[in-house]
Amino acid sequence: MLGNLDVTRLIFGRLTLDSIPYHEPILIGTFLVVAIGGAALLGALTYFKLWGYLWNEWFTSVDHKKIGIMYMVLAIVMLLRGFADALMMRAQQAIAFNGSEGFLPAHHYDQVFTAHGVIMIFFVAMPLIVGIMNIVVPLQIGARDVAFPFLNNFSFWMTAGGVIIVMLSLFIGEFARTGWLAFPPLADASNSPGVGVDYYIWGLQIAGVGTLLSGVNFLVTIIKMRAPGMTMMRMPVFTWTALCTNILIVASFPVLTAVLALLSLDRYVGTHFFTNDLGGNSMMYFNLIWIWGHPEVYILILPCFGIFSEVTATFSGKRLFGYTSMVYATVVITILAYLVWLHHFFTMGNGASVNSFFGITTMIISIPTGAKIFNWLFTMYRGRVRFELPIMWTIAFLVTFTLGGMSGVLLAVPPVDFVTHNSLFLVAHFHNVIIGGVLFGMFAGINYWFPKAFGFRLDKFWGTVSFWFWVVGFYFAFMPLYVLGLMGVTRRLRVFHDPSLHIWFIIAAFGAVLIACGIAAFLMQIFVSVRNRKALADTTGDPWDGRTLEWATSSPPPHYNFAFSPVVHGLDAYADMKRRGFSRPMEGFKPIHMPKNTGAGVIIAALATVCGFALIWYIWWLAALSFIGLVAATIAHTFNYDRDYFIPADEVAASERASAGAVAVGS
Amino acid sequence: METIVQRGEAEAPVFFAVDEHDHEPGGNTMLGFWIYLMSDCLIFAVLFATYGVLATAYAAGPRPDEIFELPLLAVNTAMLLFSSITYGFAMIAMQNRQKQAVLLWLVVTALFGACFVGIELYEFAGLIGEGASPERSAFLSAFFTLVATHGLHVSFGILWMIVLMVQVYRLGLGAENRRRLMCLSMFWHFLDVVWIGVFTFVYLIRVI
Amino acid sequence: MSDQYGAAPLRPFRFLALAALPFMLSACDFPVLFPDGDVAARQRDMLLIATGLMLLIIVPVIFMSLYFPWRYRATNKATDYDADWDHSTKLELAIWTGPLLIIIVLGAVTWVGTHLLDPFRPLDRITTSNSVALHEEPLEVQVVAMNWKWLFIYPQYGVATVNELAAPVDRPIRFDLTAESVMNAFYVPTMAGMIYSMPGMETKLHAVMNTPGVFDGFASHYNGAGFSDMHFKFYSQKAADFDAWIQNLKASDKALDTNAYLDLAKPSEAVPVEYFSSVEPDLYKRVLGMCVEPGKLCMQQIVNIDAGKAEAGKDVSIDQLKYDSYDLDAYGSGEAQGATAPAANRLPHSDQTKSGNSESGEDTIAPPQLHND
Repeated sequence: MLGNLDVTRLIFGRLTLDSIPYHEPILIGTFLVVAIGGAALLGALTYFKLWGYLWNEWFTSVDHKKIGIMYMVLAIVMLLRGFADALMMRAQQAIAFNGSEGFLPAHHYDQVFTAHGVIMIFFVAMPLIVGIMNIVVPLQIGARDVAFPFLNNFSFWMTAGGVIIVMLSLFIGEFARTGWLAFPPLADASNSPGVGVDYYIWGLQIAGVGTLLSGVNFLVTIIKMRAPGMTMMRMPVFTWTALCTNILIVASFPVLTAVLALLSLDRYVGTHFFTNDLGGNSMMYFNLIWIWGHPEVYILILPCFGIFSEVTATFSGKRLFGYTSMVYATVVITILAYLVWLHHFFTMGNGASVNSFFGITTMIISIPTGAKIFNWLFTMYRGRVRFELPIMWTIAFLVTFTLGGMSGVLLAVPPVDFVTHNSLFLVAHFHNVIIGGVLFGMFAGINYWFPKAFGFRLDKFWGTVSFWFWVVGFYFAFMPLYVLGLMGVTRRLRVFHDPSLHIWFIIAAFGAVLIACGIAAFLMQIFVSVRNRKALADTTGDPWDGRTLEWATSSPPPHYNFAFSPVVHGLDAYADMKRRGFSRPMEGFKPIHMPKNTGAGVIIAALATVCGFALIWYIWWLAALSFIGLVAATIAHTFNYDRDYFIPADEVAASERASAGAVAVGS
Repeated sequence: METIVQRGEAEAPVFFAVDEHDHEPGGNTMLGFWIYLMSDCLIFAVLFATYGVLATAYAAGPRPDEIFELPLLAVNTAMLLFSSITYGFAMIAMQNRQKQAVLLWLVVTALFGACFVGIELYEFAGLIGEGASPERSAFLSAFFTLVATHGLHVSFGILWMIVLMVQVYRLGLGAENRRRLMCLSMFWHFLDVVWIGVFTFVYLIRVI
Repeated sequence: MSDQYGAAPLRPFRFLALAALPFMLSACDFPVLFPDGDVAARQRDMLLIATGLMLLIIVPVIFMSLYFPWRYRATNKATDYDADWDHSTKLELAIWTGPLLIIIVLGAVTWVGTHLLDPFRPLDRITTSNSVALHEEPLEVQVVAMNWKWLFIYPQYGVATVNELAAPVDRPIRFDLTAESVMNAFYVPTMAGMIYSMPGMETKLHAVMNTPGVFDGFASHYNGAGFSDMHFKFYSQKAADFDAWIQNLKASDKALDTNAYLDLAKPSEAVPVEYFSSVEPDLYKRVLGMCVEPGKLCMQQIVNIDAGKAEAGKDVSIDQLKYDSYDLDAYGSGEAQGATAPAANRLPHSDQTKSGNSESGEDTIAPPQLHND
């Protein structure tokens, strides 16, 4: 071995100039766009001297609202990347007929569908969920921040670190070619010897730390920091769903961490957890990854159920129907989420009794979910429904998600699953529930809470354009996949030989183009709204006649959220305050205790990212160095005892008086 | 603006807590750390389950009764149990605000911990020397991973303890440091409990 | 085509399939809905039953989702408005018990159906009216999923094929499935649902074909670069045609012995059809035991040793146990980890490997005789 030792390898590991994919025109084009765009952005930041502002006000901020906004920006940027992958897949599948190989070789195409899945779940849906919880939960429970503000900042930067690792794989080396769950033996060292799976592992491990810590953070926040009087059964439904989601995060992400660690031991050390030989058991990986993977689905959808609950009640001008059963339904779903994982591999040859047990537990989940849907419907019943964007997304969700739920129950019947598993029917199903549930929910949430976060509403015209493109595009893109699934077409295929399938793929590609227009209209909506922010300004802090505490403070809320903690007397605390009449105390302000900003989170997460990159490329010296740096930076951070400060009372008073004209006395 | 019209409801409700007191932030940390420990516990649960699945996958290689040495293990277990007791003494000293005693007991605890890690490394070296390395079979992979994950936790616990000793030495037993000592206490006892599981399910029942 | 095979009690649900007809080009394009094998037909019936049961609740929900917001729109002041109406015990009872009842029915159907249609369970009928006891023993096919082609061994006839499968109509078939290196799934939509095939492990699938014809089969679990081209034609034939097909195989000059298998096991894509007139005895068993390569210890032996039923012997070396080919050199494989470089030990996807697909296959081998009635 020592004979082979050369200095270049010692310094650069397996990283060589050939690792740069300069023969791939698509990647070079992408790189140029990213490089020019990035350079322009960096140049602009430097020219307008915004670096200090960004660093002081955003990157090092421990303010949950700003961290939430950073999560949302990250998610929207990654949505563009993940969607570009989707467009490439749709185009490839629409072209690769009649002997055509399409424009993507297997080596590239297989990375594209893996990256699409990984990015959409981990770096779009998760940051959207965590971002919106960050913005809303503390406000909704009347708290001034989360329980561990520094940890919150650190969690965000770990998620960003995972994003950086995954994005680097685009331009240096390659990403995994295994599908988004990297099943061994395909993902083992013997079948995937390249850096792709290592990018996958370290990207997810680093982001996973962030997710787990933010789960712990929100659990403590919701359990310990609710405003006086807000008992558990007076919590807004969104907070309830956030609580359950974070329980799921804390109780499932460790499983992902462990199973990825075992896979990396197989790849790095040569252990035999999932190998074919020497006693390894690859079926164990299927079980373990889905024990995380199924709760993950509910991690994504539960907060969206919460959003729909808030939106339906607010825009129907009515109390939520069946609050108690809504809460119990959420809790039941949380528990059942752990009892269904096996339905992801009925076809692996488990016995009939095992299969039917897990099939039936899966169907049982549809009962509380159905109850929720009825509750939303009966909230609108005898209401006064105002057709603002959030409720439009909610109605689109109700129709779409119901269809997705139906195909889900079909897939839960093992004999039916045998003919639809791994097929485009399955692909259509989970896009139906994830787009129809999570994405529609997020658009409802973004349109609903945007004025709270920024102080002005989003433009309704472009929002409506985006809405229709998305909804119509969704049906065009995914209904053909149901049909194709029933034609026996399976997923992840790159070329097709049966010309009768062609038309359906063309329709699906057309749908993807419509969705692209929907995304463009959404970006346009934000652009137009920022330009017209004066006209769209929300001066009252309560633009929608809201019912929960986040609307009780100004928009955007002051750094400290509430000068005085609100006191809660029942459900729908703010609706209660408005109905019974309340006045905001305008004197007697006290200094407010707040956490200080810190750069430690950025530094530690950056070191973790460097360490991950070094491990991917076998640059051992850099891995060791950055790991030591990471530990040292963490220890150094613990020596900082000066972490908080008081906002002086007169500063609070000044800021409250400034917004007092806006936030008027309720009538 | 000052006139508040009451409608329907009997008494004038208080909607803002005007004279609020700052909460002791320590409570949050203890709950948060406990939740973190439970999630860590799940990592161990996965490793235990993995060990359970692969427990007899010897791949025609070494078997537990051929490689495990119970006497060494008994000493090792004793080290960790003693370290838990001495950490308990450190906590009593902390309650009495005896800084020197806290430091002394922490040193003793860290030494016991270091002995534990040392003996474990010795055991590993012996096993690998015999050819019972983690690459030999799935059983050994699962064994080494579970035990080494615990050992790694203990090692980080020792590092944390050293950092805390410096902090207590320099800044005394303030609220912040007391909170940190309590977190480490939970961590340390948690590792002890996990070790009981490791000792029983990994070693004892495989040998007897 | 499907009508004669559907289960009689399920006829009420037949209209659901008819409802889908208008947008169908022909029934043959929808093997899941109009299958040619009894097992797939019963699975389709489960699909229709479940769909029917779900529609009982889906249709009203979708109707209400659109009607309620429209009926109670804010501009429609004529409707009653009750801002505080948030509870009704009767309604709550209905919205929980309604779905519950449907799930109880569907759960019962699922439990029974899953057991009846368990792929490991031998068939008890070959069509609705025809029980299996009247017929001969099942056709055995041993299936090995390889990178990236299918190997089918017919132990009763001592022949084997690559990427071509045939079976006589109305004779039960028992597939024993395993894989060579990664997980795969075996799927012939028109015959029966899919089942995974995994290295070192065996799964089983019992199925039957009821119509003669040429159908598609393929790998349905993603397994690497050659995935898209890992498909085969499945010839469902009358008994006489099947016998002729077997005779045709026997005429091949290739034999599937250890060396031929190890050659075949090398990764390749879009592999043409290949016939073997003889198969080394126990070859499949050794594939399953991951010990085709001479000198390897078979899985079955290792399991016996681990269970204490056999002695390991002092001279078991690690090389006898290894199966996966690793390259755990500190810097990984020698090749560059570029985005355009193929993975180590894997042939790149190129046009050359592709061209052989149909032409050369048909040049050397006469296509199977088909007599559609």
